[in-house]
Amino acid sequence: MNQFFTFVRKEFYHVFRDGKTMLMLFGMPIAQILLFGFALTNEVKNTKIVICDYANDISSQQIINKIEISNNFEIQKIILSHKQIEDAFKEGNIKIVIVFPANFINDLLQFNTAQIQIIADASDPNTATTLTNYVSSIIAIYQQGLIKNTTIPYQIIPEIRMMYNPELKGVTNFVPGVMALVLMLVCVLMTSVSIVREKERGTMEVLLVSPFNPFLVIISKAVPYFLLSLVNLSVILLLSVLLLEMPLNGSILLLYVESSILILTALSLGLLISNVTDSQQSAMLISLMGMLLPTMIFTGFMFPIENMPLPLQIISNVVPSRWYYIIVKSIMIKGLGFGAIWKETLILSGMTVFLLVVSFKKFKIRLE
Amino acid sequence: MVTISNITKTYNKRTTLAVDDISFTVNEGELFGLIGPDGAGKTSIFRMLTTLLLPDKGTAFVNGFDIVKDYRSIRNCVGYMPGKFSLYQDLTVEENLNFFATVFDTTIKENYDLVKDIYIQIEPFKTRRAGKLSGGMKQKLALCCALIHKPTVLFLDEPTTGVDAVSRKEFWEMLKRLKQQGITILVSTPYMDEAMLCERIALIQTGKILSINTPEIITRQYPENIYAVKSNSMSKLLYNLRESELIDSCNTFGEFHHITFKNDNEFSQSTLLEFLRLNNHQSIVLKPIQPTIEDCFIRLMNK
Repeated sequence: MNQFFTFVRKEFYHVFRDGKTMLMLFGMPIAQILLFGFALTNEVKNTKIVICDYANDISSQQIINKIEISNNFEIQKIILSHKQIEDAFKEGNIKIVIVFPANFINDLLQFNTAQIQIIADASDPNTATTLTNYVSSIIAIYQQGLIKNTTIPYQIIPEIRMMYNPELKGVTNFVPGVMALVLMLVCVLMTSVSIVREKERGTMEVLLVSPFNPFLVIISKAVPYFLLSLVNLSVILLLSVLLLEMPLNGSILLLYVESSILILTALSLGLLISNVTDSQQSAMLISLMGMLLPTMIFTGFMFPIENMPLPLQIISNVVPSRWYYIIVKSIMIKGLGFGAIWKETLILSGMTVFLLVVSFKKFKIRLE
Repeated sequence: MVTISNITKTYNKRTTLAVDDISFTVNEGELFGLIGPDGAGKTSIFRMLTTLLLPDKGTAFVNGFDIVKDYRSIRNCVGYMPGKFSLYQDLTVEENLNFFATVFDTTIKENYDLVKDIYIQIEPFKTRRAGKLSGGMKQKLALCCALIHKPTVLFLDEPTTGVDAVSRKEFWEMLKRLKQQGITILVSTPYMDEAMLCERIALIQTGKILSINTPEIITRQYPENIYAVKSNSMSKLLYNLRESELIDSCNTFGEFHHITFKNDNEFSQSTLLEFLRLNNHQSIVLKPIQPTIEDCFIRLMNK
């Protein structure tokens, strides 16, 4: 046991004394989560809005006023025909259009229910969601104001239409994806490089000619990266919840347990790579090429897997992050428990066991 | 202690022959040297004996353990210092030593007397990272690390390559002291002058053993008389000597050329001196010398 701890301590020395490793380990995830996050959560301020007011009554005017005084919108123009909407979007700069139907106030007073149509340019899905939410909330506040002084249950129903990208992929999709990507990349890269480095520098030669069990070499190498990855995960979670306003509805403990499984998968994959390569460069290349692209493409956060041709859908099944992505989304966004994700967990664990067995089998006890 | 019988090793799917049917024995407590130029197969032999490589053919035993079957037992009892500096450059001297002591399930304290002489020299730098040490210091540290578990057999692959003359001398002194402690030492070196410091040596070239014996016997076995020649123009002298019909072999060694005659007698010597004077050589020196290991090596190599 003493041997094991000495070894683990040595691995920590390696990590903390190498600036490049530290940067890779902690800089990359932070940069990625911020880049991905902020590229998609543009500050929505002074967005140009077009209003198509068929009603032109007190009620519609009041709502328009509320929109005007909010910081988020800047009324570009008020048009009077549906036809012009399409043109307004095409002219550019316009992200959102609000349409008041002709007898807005009449509907509201007679039937207690009126509709407002919100049309957003969803080619930038995240902005579109945010904008429609802003408008909906402004309408909701107005509606509350109406109800306050009366018993009549006035109701204004915003009818939202997304132009150009009705599927609406947004930040809630990206953060779990980036989490999977970062954990995969960092863990695979770090373990494979750290083992290959021992080979490259010749220290593996000395270690092999010692009573030290090679399996323990491997495991003690995995421990520091496992722990550091958990730290990494916490940083990512903090950033995405605090800065990117990502919801965290489910159990944090469950999230950590599931993430640990993914980290183990990645570590064993890194191990496998280190067994088949001899230089740090090739280990790094294989890890980056072999991890970055498949993870980006087949996880589902960039391109929906359902839309892929069948062969690619089948390939996507062997990408671990695909399953982790489903798990994280279920926990963080839907707030589901283990019962809903046991299948994915099982698949991920199976992958880990398989990879571990293969890499232990492939581990060379000699130089050839 | 170490027995090798008919070991052959090839690389690149048997296209490159590295070690060619080699056999030799190293006795207990012996300081045995493998002498040969780069690419002679020294490292391959060491790696097979330390169980890092499998031989294609033949058998070998270290401490009575088979290098293929009992590799675990061998790894327990030998010390190995590879040709390339193979310690952790980002760990300090002390951390490296501690680490290797723990790997071998021992402590620095337990075997301190064995490494004391060597460790004392690097102790002032114990908080320095191994990567920042000088070449000689690195080798001393590596030797300490290879010794820390009190091995019965020590394998040192070119320990003095790339080390300055003073450190090399010190290093050999240390090996002698270790030998006195009863450790069997197998050392390889491309430096012929170091061969004299071993008890027995094997001269190897392109995977074959040219000769095995004590350095004294090997040099004594040199069949001809050997002479050193010097003049004021050494490069011209070499040319003239190689041109001369009297000379059998001629090789450059530092400030002298070493020659052997085809017919070694007084007449050959005087004829040669005459021939050299005719070619405008001045301050000519011609004297008989004892053959060195290098002379022997070159002779065996050209045979």
